Amino acid sequence: QNKKLKDVEISFPIVYGTISFWLGKKASEYNSHKWTVYIRSATNEDLSVIVKRVVFQLHPSFTNPTRVVEQPPFELSESGWGEFEIAITLYFHSDVCEKRLDLFHQLKLYPEEDAGPQSTKKPVVVETYDEVVFPEPTEAFFLRVQNHPAATVPRLPPGMTLSSPGPMELMSHDKKRFDTKDHSLSQWFSNFSEADELLKLAAARQQVQAHIAKLRRQLSMIEGMPQQSRVI
Amino acid sequence: PGPLTTVFPNPGSVSPRESSRHPPCRGRKTVRTLTLARSTGVPVLLRPSSMDAKDILGLQKTSFPSAQEKKPRAPKEPQRKPDGVSREVYALTGGVGMAPLMPTIEASHLKRRPAVEKEKVAWQWLPFTSSARTDNLQLYHWVRVVNNVPPTGDYDFAKYNTKVDVLKYTDEEYEKYLTEPTWSREETDQLFELCQRFDLRFIVIADRFPTARSVEDLKSRYYSVTRALLIARARSFDEVAGNPLVKETFNAAHETERKRALSALFSQTKQQERKDAEVLAEAKRIMESRAANKNVEEAGAPTSLPNAAVPADGVSPLSNNLPSSAATHPAAAANTSIPDTLRMLKVYLRTHALDQMVQAVTASAGIRMIKRVDQTLQDLGVNLKPKVPTKAVCAEHLELRNEILTLLNIQKQLQNKEAEVLANRESSFTEAPTTPKRSNRDIDRPFVPDMAGFGEVREQSNGITRGRPLGDLMHPPRQPRARGLGR
Repeated sequence: QNKKLKDVEISFPIVYGTISFWLGKKASEYNSHKWTVYIRSATNEDLSVIVKRVVFQLHPSFTNPTRVVEQPPFELSESGWGEFEIAITLYFHSDVCEKRLDLFHQLKLYPEEDAGPQSTKKPVVVETYDEVVFPEPTEAFFLRVQNHPAATVPRLPPGMTLSSPGPMELMSHDKKRFDTKDHSLSQWFSNFSEADELLKLAAARQQVQAHIAKLRRQLSMIEGMPQQSRVI
Repeated sequence: PGPLTTVFPNPGSVSPRESSRHPPCRGRKTVRTLTLARSTGVPVLLRPSSMDAKDILGLQKTSFPSAQEKKPRAPKEPQRKPDGVSREVYALTGGVGMAPLMPTIEASHLKRRPAVEKEKVAWQWLPFTSSARTDNLQLYHWVRVVNNVPPTGDYDFAKYNTKVDVLKYTDEEYEKYLTEPTWSREETDQLFELCQRFDLRFIVIADRFPTARSVEDLKSRYYSVTRALLIARARSFDEVAGNPLVKETFNAAHETERKRALSALFSQTKQQERKDAEVLAEAKRIMESRAANKNVEEAGAPTSLPNAAVPADGVSPLSNNLPSSAATHPAAAANTSIPDTLRMLKVYLRTHALDQMVQAVTASAGIRMIKRVDQTLQDLGVNLKPKVPTKAVCAEHLELRNEILTLLNIQKQLQNKEAEVLANRESSFTEAPTTPKRSNRDIDRPFVPDMAGFGEVREQSNGITRGRPLGDLMHPPRQPRARGLGR
């Protein structure tokens, strides 16, 4: 079952980012905010189906700046005063992918200029949507995740058959299902809807296509014209 | 302060008599301008003079104390002005204070300059010996003797008399270690004798060798014998392990081949040279493309957001390689190899894939074109990088970009065509053309944000009032032609 399935792309929509709370009265000069950096499935499903562990690399001024998280939720909380870039590295299970994947996120503690005074209740949230794509998954991997809610699995191309289309195997780590919907921070999660973007793109494309058609007409008119025209 | 004021601060009121404190240099009619300034109170253009600098810095006035002591003092010459010029005018123009621009050399200093040194140096014709000589030949040479003490030590050049340490073997040693089927004892002896005599100059040795043997052959024999001897004589192998004669063995075959190749290269004809250069260039190209593919594999899943903040150390060079290697094969990459390179990655981020595609297009279309595409996207209210980059969104985004590119190309085509027609028209009419040059503003910004609908392109007001607009000729009169392209 190590056969690679060509042209079968399995993708996992993810969201990663930071949520930061101002500590208000409890804030000191070197500890003004408490923040959490995390990576989650875009639909709040369990990412441990593919992710073995996540390593967050923090600013060197933190003790042990390399923080490893081995089980969901893949997040890390800290407190501090400075904004810096956090490197998030995903390590996958061996049947998923040998290579690691690096992401980068800029920690934001302070709200935009015009947001008024800071509040301890309303955090500063910055999230980025992306998708982890496995272009040529092995059969085993495919079988394992084909029905998992975190995964986007296409239909197999016609004619492609699996060598052993048996029932999906449940790997041991699936037992630890963590429902991110119960997470306390989940109330701050953004909702990423592709519908809006698709709509906008479709509208733009229409405009452009209409424009092109007009110009083409104009072009053909000019080209149809005789070279030297005289005014009466 | 104007150009004629003194540059250096006046230390307060000074009486004219101060000038006597500074004896003028003998033979120089000039006096330092500073003195003059002080004494007359007239601002004077400062001319550069070493005496002035010394005055300012408070240094010794004359650098050669002997000059003052030895020579008799000439009577101090009163500062005279030339007759025929009034005093004030003379002073105003700098007068006596005009020092020469070049620093003057005292004639007296010229004589003094070869100063006596403290020591007594003489040159003597003396005999010498050299450790490099084995005979007793007495040679002489010039020697620099200081204070009657001739130099000691060996002859300076004796140290260059290096010699090679050619080992000598005993019969016993020969029997035990050094026998060789292709070499007789006599030959080996002769070889070593020649080596000793000619300092391992194998070309010469080969010439002198009684039987015909190649240089490689001789070298091979010499090195193997010496090596065996060293090892045999050493108490343990480790002792001599560092010795280069032991560490490296002489490779006769390699040497022969190398010399053959060298001579072939040297005797190449012009044509062969050219052919070689071609082949090398081709090979280089293949290597580069292979390296590009390798980079893609090795990079795995490099940084997904090249526009994000600075990536971590190890990843940055790889991620830089990836876009550049993708960009170096513009046409091919855009069409086939981008999906291939992506497929070679075991895992990647959708945004990264999108970036690669966009960059491939950039490489083939050019940075200016892409900037215009970006501008158009903004005008249309579309994010340059999708906020929700799903597969569908990315596909749509790319399609949109391509369509915009097509649009811009057609616009350019149209523009060119119109310019062409305009040029033809202009050349056939005597009157000055009334149609203005098309403003490029319209071309670059087909979508203006404040326009509600699309297609209602701004009419340039001067376009309608033209006496004989081009539009009349190209379109039916009921539809006056706008300057903008959007009609």
